Amino acid sequence: MYGNDFGPRDDAPLNAAETADYTQALQEYFDGLIEEDSRIEPRDAMPEAYRKTLIRQIAQHAHSEIIGMQPEGNWITRAPSLRRKAILMAKVQDEAGHGLYLYSAAETLGVDRAELLDKLHTGRQKYSSIFNYPTLTWADVGAIGWLVDGAAIMNQVPLCRCSYGPYARAMIRVCKEESFHQRQGYEILWTLSRGTEAQRAMLQDAADRWWWPALMMFGPPDSGEKAKDGHTAQNMAWGIKRFTNDDLRQKFVDMTVPQAIKLGITLPDPDLRWNEETGHWDFGEVDWDEFWRVLKGDGPCNAQRIATRVAAHEDGAWVREAAVAYAAKHAAQEEVA
Amino acid sequence: MTQAGWPLWEVFVRPRRGLSHGHVGSLHAPDAQMALRNARDVYTRRQEGVSIWVVASADITASSPEERDSFFDPAADKVYRHPTFYEVPEDVEYL
Amino acid sequence: MSAGHDYSGVTVAGPRERPVTDPTSLHTAYLLSLGDDALVYAQRLGEWMTHAPQIEEDMALGNVGLDLLGQARALLTRAGEVEGRGRDEDAMAMLRDEREFRNVHLVEQPRGDFGQEMARLLWFASYQHELYTALVSSADETVAGVAQKAVKEVDYHRDHATQWVLRLGDGTPTSHARMQAGLEAVHPYVAELGEDFAAARWAAEHGVGVLPSTLSDGVNAYVADVLEQATLSMPDEPRWRARGGREGVHSEAMGYLLAELQHVARSHPGATW
Repeated sequence: MYGNDFGPRDDAPLNAAETADYTQALQEYFDGLIEEDSRIEPRDAMPEAYRKTLIRQIAQHAHSEIIGMQPEGNWITRAPSLRRKAILMAKVQDEAGHGLYLYSAAETLGVDRAELLDKLHTGRQKYSSIFNYPTLTWADVGAIGWLVDGAAIMNQVPLCRCSYGPYARAMIRVCKEESFHQRQGYEILWTLSRGTEAQRAMLQDAADRWWWPALMMFGPPDSGEKAKDGHTAQNMAWGIKRFTNDDLRQKFVDMTVPQAIKLGITLPDPDLRWNEETGHWDFGEVDWDEFWRVLKGDGPCNAQRIATRVAAHEDGAWVREAAVAYAAKHAAQEEVA
Repeated sequence: MTQAGWPLWEVFVRPRRGLSHGHVGSLHAPDAQMALRNARDVYTRRQEGVSIWVVASADITASSPEERDSFFDPAADKVYRHPTFYEVPEDVEYL
Repeated sequence: MSAGHDYSGVTVAGPRERPVTDPTSLHTAYLLSLGDDALVYAQRLGEWMTHAPQIEEDMALGNVGLDLLGQARALLTRAGEVEGRGRDEDAMAMLRDEREFRNVHLVEQPRGDFGQEMARLLWFASYQHELYTALVSSADETVAGVAQKAVKEVDYHRDHATQWVLRLGDGTPTSHARMQAGLEAVHPYVAELGEDFAAARWAAEHGVGVLPSTLSDGVNAYVADVLEQATLSMPDEPRWRARGGREGVHSEAMGYLLAELQHVARSHPGATW
């Protein structure tokens, strides 16, 4: 999928950017590829900042997939029907797969998955804040599919055209597989909306809790005055990012509000109204204080999510070590034989 | 200890009979047998393949970016290798 | 002692056993024994997701769980048809009480460490492999159909368990000890897989099923071979062993498992999901 590219088997950095022979010519070659909207491949020379940005973004994306297994995995044993249980297991399994595709893409940039996991476990790399919210009822499984996967897809589809080849190829595969995730979420909620009073209450409650966190998923405002502050301008110039956070957020609101109307629910924003003039839905101010607070660790589930992940990793250490020992023993035996 | 030393493997899948194996991604596994099994679980959940190859990433030799020009540019002016290079009368069929 | 009480004419003597003899009940019970094993083990494997030693293994255990869940759904649906009381797969899974579940104790035991899980999977998949191989020719067409598909699935499950038992057994001293401990922990639950029960006898007589006792040699031979290659030893005969699952008598773990499995469905009677 990604096209790892392979070099001599020594410790030389994968990218010539780190070596002395990184010359003006190579910089021009990189700029030329970006200019013509071609793809950068693993062993191409690339600016160090481009490489670091990609590693951070792809790793954060991979971590989000892996941590994202937890809030949904929380409901596998309690899914209300066997059909839903099977779908949910397959979905959580897909998230694991997506994490793996993305770690592979990151590894083409010369980092090791173990190193990235270590950064996740020690809080040195982030994952999407959305997964620090709890899944309290079955309706939350539907709301995650509808709102969280919906927002994720909106973020991810443009990444299929990302300038870094392995990331773009991973995202094509992820997006293809994700398409069922959002639909199954909406189907869960659509079923609840036509169900009992208790089911409809469960649906409304889930929408109330997930709406704002879903809007936060697009990141802080980065258009207009704010455009100068963040990484958006550079990332767009590099072809890592194709739209601003605010554009994607608006697109998401415009797409999602009619779906909410169809479900017969309200969304927890008194300022939400159709704007004839712009042809868009106007919406209220996102609570960015909450966003930063949760991002920095003070969300309902931050500690729990990392603790679960670390425990799985540590509990599995003896298994991973055993497999290495076995492989070494048997490789040695084969050489003798 | 990095990944308790699980090496990286490249995975190639034949999507269906009649097609070649194509590269689909990579994964970590302690040895070839486990790599093959992991590849099945990670890369063929949706019937994407009928056959899988795994190759230790470290065993692949690749052309380097520095050799790019000398490897690939010389082919650029050999247009006579392509059928469209040749002029033939328009009313002759099956050429 | 019982001065002042008159028990003359009171009947308190009951039968030692209350055998079920009608074919519909026996056929249903047999199907439930197959389906409940698969369902309950799928439930336990579902608990592994996000807890496996490696992300690749989360996916592998997910695949095993999904295969088992698929088998369970087909078999419970069929059990509902044979029973003839209009119960579908979900009524069977969500609304039956503990005593109506026919699975062996092995699959309902709480999740242990990865070594113990691989020990359980090795035994269970080896059993299911022999079982489904025999059921391919079942007179019950649904069972035969499930078996044809499932025999390939469980072949993979058995291989997966085998690969891990080999690596853990013949890996490091720690993994060897933990794998051996895992085998010891599940051993009291193994014999029940090979124990005949009334519904299986009926099913074997009528070409629908197979006597579990006829499967044991194949299962034991396969597992013994793996353990030998893995430098592990077959545990001694346990002092006690589990029994009763096929008649609906379970271990304490089962009540909690069902509480989790069933609580949403039961909290909303009649609801559609």
